[in-house]
Amino acid sequence: MNLVRHVLGRLATTAVLAAVLAFFTLPMLWLATAPFDATPGITTSVPDFTLRNFAAILDNPYALGSIRNSLIQAGGSAALVVVLAALAAYALSRVRVPGRDALLYLLLLLSSVVTGTAAMVPVFELATRLDLIDTHLGVILVVSSGLLPAAIFILKDFMDDTPTSYEESARVFGATPLQILRHIVVPLVRPGLATIAVWALASVWGGFLFQFILLRDPDKAPGSVILYTLYTEGGSPKLDLISTFSLLYSLPVVAMYLFVSQRYGFRFHGGIKR
Amino acid sequence: MISLNGLTKVFPGGVRALDGIDLTIADGEFLALLGPSGCGKTTLLRTIAGLETPTGGGVRIDGHDVTRLPPGARDLAMVFQDYAIFPHMDVTANIAYPLRIKKVPRARRTAKAAEVAARLALTDLLHRRPGELSGGQQQRVALARAIACHPAAFLFDEPLSNLDARLRLEARTFLKRLQRELAVTTVFVTHDQAEALALADRVAVMSQGRMIQTGSPAEIFHRPATTFVAAFIGSTPMNLLPAELTAGALHVAGATLPAPPGLAPGEPLTYGVRPEYMDLSRAERPGAFPGVVSVLENLGTHTLVTLDNPGALIQLVVPEGDEPPLGTHVWAVPRRSLLYRDGLLHDTPAPSS
Repeated sequence: MNLVRHVLGRLATTAVLAAVLAFFTLPMLWLATAPFDATPGITTSVPDFTLRNFAAILDNPYALGSIRNSLIQAGGSAALVVVLAALAAYALSRVRVPGRDALLYLLLLLSSVVTGTAAMVPVFELATRLDLIDTHLGVILVVSSGLLPAAIFILKDFMDDTPTSYEESARVFGATPLQILRHIVVPLVRPGLATIAVWALASVWGGFLFQFILLRDPDKAPGSVILYTLYTEGGSPKLDLISTFSLLYSLPVVAMYLFVSQRYGFRFHGGIKR
Repeated sequence: MISLNGLTKVFPGGVRALDGIDLTIADGEFLALLGPSGCGKTTLLRTIAGLETPTGGGVRIDGHDVTRLPPGARDLAMVFQDYAIFPHMDVTANIAYPLRIKKVPRARRTAKAAEVAARLALTDLLHRRPGELSGGQQQRVALARAIACHPAAFLFDEPLSNLDARLRLEARTFLKRLQRELAVTTVFVTHDQAEALALADRVAVMSQGRMIQTGSPAEIFHRPATTFVAAFIGSTPMNLLPAELTAGALHVAGATLPAPPGLAPGEPLTYGVRPEYMDLSRAERPGAFPGVVSVLENLGTHTLVTLDNPGALIQLVVPEGDEPPLGTHVWAVPRRSLLYRDGLLHDTPAPSS
């Protein structure tokens, strides 16, 4: 009796898990099959195999350029976020600032406002006045400012976990602050820096709203915005192009995840192993 | 030579970690800074290193005032309690790091690291990372890194405290030999009195930010200047018994001893005698402390005997094989004792028998 109950229980658990898994897997499956289907629908099926969709997307005047734009904007933002967040986190971790924690939490709270819809109009206004509309720099600055507080918050944790005796030891030997940062601190928190870089890059790669607002010129638009233009004049989605472009657009991020995870491993906590 | 005068450090919040420290450390001297945790000894070391800025007084090294100089400009090497060897560099890079800062060419650096490593039996480990080393090896790497930069002085912050007991003894002997061979001025912070006595040419005992007593290990052991030092020094704590002076006699824990000169009756006195400086007697003797054997602790070649005395607990050390049975009445005969008035050393009372 007990055995039957046990088996039934296991079966039920497995069934629920399978259903949940299918729910999340089906879109992936669609992404894997639809680009190779001559007539893709919104359902997943064995494709009527073709590579014509890839030829079609390469004919789109903006598709390839948009991936380049994405690389510039996401790469630029990631670099800016990592450099600024590392410096800020190091300072906040090592120097006693009155009200430091309150400051960090306030920044974290405001960051969701800066890159949220609430600040859309003022940010657009600001970018217009600063002549940053239709520039990569404008996008990089705006989205970086939204990512920085969380990046500082996470990196400060890594810095806090690094014993100060490493730096003091280097100081006694005569190392300058920049040497200490280069020789000691950066290598020690490298997993943290890698995590932040990947997180920032992926966030900007998939970001839409501010790229859409700040860039009027389709030559500057990143892939996430171009995806939105792949519709017929009637307003119905061109599923063949959308699926193909989605696949192409997601490949660089997947490749980067695999590379970084193999090289450094992802960690959100803890600077070094002791 | 390192000289400190009136060195004071008050932390924000009002904690007075150093309170007017005056101290001179001679060239080539091995000085141990000894004290319980929180006494300011590590703050003193860090102030000498330049990692803390004193709020008063100054530090001079070889005649130069370095009080306001950054740590790197003082020509010192420090070994930290956690060694602070860089986990992302191999042993060679760690030992050569001070030379890298001094912009010594790579080939010379590597050669120098190999030379120092050979001296510390690290040659086979030159390409390992700190994570792949044992505690003792890590400690030697930290030592090698300090030696590689040829400093004017070594500063050691409890470098042996993270080693297990046996290794600590080996490292102690090794460190003392190394210091004698290099003849580099050394300041060694420890809370372990045995370590301080064993290693140092001179011991400085600190308490609550003040220097209580400095002297050779023998002086510190034989003539502790205060009851604090008396209680702190020695593997088995000194017996400190309240004493009362009446006309012509000193009364301590049931024994009557000859009165020491220069004291007036009624003063608060403490009589101190080390457990090692007492003999066991199975018969009553004049000037001996009576007691009932209550605890026996085996120390290997000796046994620590605790006597229940009507006034106090008295401890003495007897050779192995000479232990009295538990519960018996015995007497402890002091051989060498000290007398403290108001916690300060007065004078040696005359031998008791």
